[in-house]
Amino acid sequence: MSIDLTHYLIVGALLFSIGLYVTLAKRNVVGILMGIELMFNAVNLTFIAFSRFVESAQPISGHVFVIFIITVAAAEAAVALALAVVVYRNRTTIDIDKINLLRW
Amino acid sequence: MDDAGTIVAFWMLTVMTLGAALMVVIVRNLFHAVLSLILSFIGVAGLYITLSADFVAVAQVLIYAGAISVLILFAMMLTPRAARDNAETFLQGPALVLAGLAAATIAGVAAATDWSEASRGPFTETAQAIGEALLNRYVLPFEIASVLLLVAMVGAIVLVRED
Repeated sequence: MSIDLTHYLIVGALLFSIGLYVTLAKRNVVGILMGIELMFNAVNLTFIAFSRFVESAQPISGHVFVIFIITVAAAEAAVALALAVVVYRNRTTIDIDKINLLRW
Repeated sequence: MDDAGTIVAFWMLTVMTLGAALMVVIVRNLFHAVLSLILSFIGVAGLYITLSADFVAVAQVLIYAGAISVLILFAMMLTPRAARDNAETFLQGPALVLAGLAAATIAGVAAATDWSEASRGPFTETAQAIGEALLNRYVLPFEIASVLLLVAMVGAIVLVRED
């Protein structure tokens, strides 16, 4: 059997759903951020797979998109982890069940 | 992609990536979860190489497995040992259902759709083509990305500064 586009898409779907579960269910802010990074990776893998397999006038565009996603993900991780440190400094916890300042 | 080496590499990297991602869910210690996450990133980089995306694979190892993992470890070390559990909230059940539905939907659509696959063959070299695309067609997003990185860097420094 050969490896084709569908294999990569299913791997991407499984990786995305694992990241979705981590993001929704984890209690720690750092854990939630790890879930978001897993989802980014799943989307990047799907982009690269489409870029490799699907007919297109400019097949390299998928790679360029992935470079931009990695850039934005790095910026997002820096700001989000700075926010986690600030929240810990002010509330002495990063447990999202206890950060309920805006809950009614 | 019919040669045996590629097929074996694909399955091994898939097991490594998804297994490490599952370890992120299962492991109780947050430190071990970050180490599993690094392993998962490296597995994804290997999958990029099987797709002949050499430049993106190197960028993945440098930025995800290097920079972002170190950043996450730093943030974790700045919080005390007691805050390092990896437990779930009360949303565990609904999240599990939602994640299962997402996986089934995306995988079902991916398997059922005809993607009009090309018989183009693998890329021979991507770095040159990516560089040309970044400086011709995508030059405006390229410049905006540099501003975004500057803003994120200044913002992170301002947020964690003590005064």
